[in-house]
Amino acid sequence: MRAVSRLVFVVVLLALVVMSAAGCASPQQASGPKVVKVLAMQQAGPTPEEMNAIVAKFNQSSPNVKVEIEYVSYDALHDKIVTAMATNPPSYDVVLVDDIWYAEFVKNGYLWDVTDKIDQNTKQEVFSTAWDITSVNGRIYGMPWLLDQKYFYYNTEILEKAGVDVPQTWEDLIEASRKIKEMGLVEYPIVWSWAQAEAAICDFVALLYGNGGTFVDSNGNPAFNNEKGVQVVEWMVKTVDEGLSNPASISYVEEDVRNVFSQGKAAFALNWLYMYDLAALNPDESQVVGKVGLGLVPAFKGSGVPSATINGSMGFSVIDKSPNREEAWEYVKFLTSEPIQKEYSAHLLPVWSGNYEGQALEELKSLNESNPVTVPAFSAQIVYAHVRPKVPFYPEFSKALQLALQEALTKQKSPAQALNDAAAKWNELATK
Amino acid sequence: MNTSRQIGSKVLYFLLTLLALLVIYAPIAWLFLASISTRADLLATPPRWIPEHPTLKNYLDILVPGTAVSEVARTFKITLGNSLLVALTTTVISLVIGSLAAYALARLRLPFRNAVFFGVLSVRMIPEISLVIPLYIIAARLSILNKPIVLILTYLSFALPFTIWMLTTFFETVPEELEDAALIDGSSRLNTLFRVVIPVAAPGIISTALFTFLLAWDEFFFALIFTSTVAAKTVPVAIAEFTGRYAVDITAMMTGGILAALPPVLLALIFQRFIVSGLSAGAVKG
Amino acid sequence: MSIPAVKPNAMTLTQQRLRDGFWLILPGLLVIFGITLFPIIYTFVLSFTETPISNPAPQGFVGFRNYLYFLSNPVFWAAIRRTLYFTVVSVGAELILGMGLALLIHARPFGWQFLRTSLIIPWAIPTIVNGAMWRWIYNADYGALNGLLYQLGIIDRYRAWLSEPVTAMNLVIVADIWHSVPFIALILQAALATIPRELEEAAAVDGANVWQRFWKIRFPLLQPAILVALVIRTVEAFRVFDIIYVITQGGPAFGTVTISYLTYLESFSYGRLGGGAALSFLISAFTLIMALLYIRLLYREDLR
Repeated sequence: MRAVSRLVFVVVLLALVVMSAAGCASPQQASGPKVVKVLAMQQAGPTPEEMNAIVAKFNQSSPNVKVEIEYVSYDALHDKIVTAMATNPPSYDVVLVDDIWYAEFVKNGYLWDVTDKIDQNTKQEVFSTAWDITSVNGRIYGMPWLLDQKYFYYNTEILEKAGVDVPQTWEDLIEASRKIKEMGLVEYPIVWSWAQAEAAICDFVALLYGNGGTFVDSNGNPAFNNEKGVQVVEWMVKTVDEGLSNPASISYVEEDVRNVFSQGKAAFALNWLYMYDLAALNPDESQVVGKVGLGLVPAFKGSGVPSATINGSMGFSVIDKSPNREEAWEYVKFLTSEPIQKEYSAHLLPVWSGNYEGQALEELKSLNESNPVTVPAFSAQIVYAHVRPKVPFYPEFSKALQLALQEALTKQKSPAQALNDAAAKWNELATK
Repeated sequence: MNTSRQIGSKVLYFLLTLLALLVIYAPIAWLFLASISTRADLLATPPRWIPEHPTLKNYLDILVPGTAVSEVARTFKITLGNSLLVALTTTVISLVIGSLAAYALARLRLPFRNAVFFGVLSVRMIPEISLVIPLYIIAARLSILNKPIVLILTYLSFALPFTIWMLTTFFETVPEELEDAALIDGSSRLNTLFRVVIPVAAPGIISTALFTFLLAWDEFFFALIFTSTVAAKTVPVAIAEFTGRYAVDITAMMTGGILAALPPVLLALIFQRFIVSGLSAGAVKG
Repeated sequence: MSIPAVKPNAMTLTQQRLRDGFWLILPGLLVIFGITLFPIIYTFVLSFTETPISNPAPQGFVGFRNYLYFLSNPVFWAAIRRTLYFTVVSVGAELILGMGLALLIHARPFGWQFLRTSLIIPWAIPTIVNGAMWRWIYNADYGALNGLLYQLGIIDRYRAWLSEPVTAMNLVIVADIWHSVPFIALILQAALATIPRELEEAAAVDGANVWQRFWKIRFPLLQPAILVALVIRTVEAFRVFDIIYVITQGGPAFGTVTISYLTYLESFSYGRLGGGAALSFLISAFTLIMALLYIRLLYREDLR
């Protein structure tokens, strides 16, 4: 037994050594130019080569700042940021933040309040719906950068064969779908992203606001479970039962929607802008090249709104504990400035409203093959885009609402019951 | 009578072998087809079992310098190197340290044997998700984030318990008489271990080595959090990056999967030659 | 690493054995616990607090509240049920199939070497690719499963496999089995290879049939290998996360949310490090109980 006790002793000793070594090692002091570390995302907006070119331009005016950009996949972005914040100073100075993380990150104190650093001109020239993304409780925590929303896609060939017009309301769409189904053009005319993921919330928000509903009332209490919301979920369930919505929608995210739509197996779909390029123009990716229409997302009759969709954008923010906040902010301002956004708008639509008027608009449209369609669609749709609630407990509530939608769709609960349970979860989280 | 039965069982075994190969290779074949298809081919209904427009574009993007279109494809090769470095180092260290401990546990009838056994395994019972934050804090203090060493160290923490468990099992199957003879001849414990036990237990050790290698090769979450640039990024992380915010480059991902499977399979082929020689060495001694 | 010289006359043989054992085991323990002791203690302390992820220094001591919260929470028990189902079905199937494959290879039919090498491949495909591959195969509209079954006339219309909670779980299990059977098969095959052939041949001469030879000779000798394979796979299966994340993201309707997935949500999505830590130790406790059960079942007497 002496051996055992000695063993334990040595192990504990070693653990202590490791811990004290960890405690004593001092963070490396940066010397020379100030380093701004940026965490961005793969496959969004400019290519890494273009991002490097932007840094080179930035260094012409700010030669003493060294910008280092790291890329991760979208799925990893949230967890990377959260983990990096565990050290002081944090591993990054600038991070790309998704719309739905802003409230959580602000509550956690990660992000630098830049409200007073934004001049009046910038405030007015950038789309107001874009500021919704980076604002929490009236304060601004970053520059909007990647503007996106869900669009209404339709297959022009199927619509032509069925002899139906492009639906303006969800009721029109149901009628058109019935006709398409009867004629046997496709088995399931509509495909959705209703999987247990954020994607389901996005479709639900578009439908909810299209029915004249709102997520929360003016007091910030849940309103998605009132009769407007219940009608929407009942409608969702009914379209599946009737065979108009693809039953696999319950397990689909945006990429599955694109695959089904690009295959010509759906007449209608809601999806983000990325699908247009791939489905309408790229024969390696799609079998419906040249047959893709892009329109305003329909609304329900009598809802009083012509259209409604979900705003799903991202912004660049500066980390509050960063030792180089000023330099980091200079870089963010440069990256999102009007000239830079205009120059690189082939891969990313600008956040500046001035780019969508007059001569600038024509230039923007001529930049690539998709812009003549997507740019006007963007301007027409963005005024009807709605953000999800900016509450710090959003990630947890979102899971509860995803579960509620899925329970209704798989008939485990009635739509009203499911939504009320999600609202109860909201109230529980809000009072914590 | 007897011979016809033998032939019957031989045919049966052969058919079972074919069935097993079919189950193994059907998804692999599909994976390979996906890697050389365009998405339009891949989406066709009814499925096109042979793509209409086969393309080696994905392989060329990744393997041939200068043709790469995306940053991800370009860095894939570098991450393959990182993965090899991390997985091989982890395997070698685990085998050396693990075989010492396993030998002691298998042979020396130690009183604290069970405590050690479960003590080391319990490390693996805690989900790595929960250990990520404290490990990140330590690694940041030691300034080893985004270096291969951080992965080797963290991988050792879960690879070693398994090498110890598996090697102990395999050492126990080696007849003790072989060793006793050597020990009586005046050979030291370490000598006996390397001269007698390890050659006889070679099949098990090779399996353990493969297992450890693949454990490190496949690890995803630590690599995702602890690395951020090509200085240390591993293959699974690189493959995950074929996923965009919405779009997934599925054909590139499948190509990555095929390429990532090649090094372990090649290693296995090389190792298996050693299994055969290891066995005969043991047989001669026995 | 050198073993200190031992003076035989100064120590009894037992002391010598213990001393040798100590020095042989020490490096392994130093590496394992040197790396993990601090994180484990840290996590253990966290599990009694309500520490948020935004400030991971332990704070807000709440005693056993996190543990009690989960133990009285139906979501937790539902996740435990699903995890147990996943573990029992996948590990059970893997053991049976793995044993079958190992025996098949050991019988050396035509092509056995090719089969043994081929077994590495499913196991060498990274889990995230394996998940993405099966997700595509299962897809309702363009997946190979629907295509194949339809062309063979087994189904008359395409089915949405992953839209139904129980089917989705079973299909995730199939994907996991395909990936993991080779592990068990290769361990058992290696263990079979170390059984002296003379033993089996002697039994064959004695007129024992195939079953008798398996249960009387091979099985007892394989028991340690079976145990180690079972324990290792159970520990892995009980923590299953990656493949579920890729194939179903826990859906539909939480139908594939396992306990590790819940831990991930709690720690990273909901930002409650304390709760996540408590869940981790609950998982460890369950896994430990299962490991001990195996030992009871397979070794009637205590481990030596």
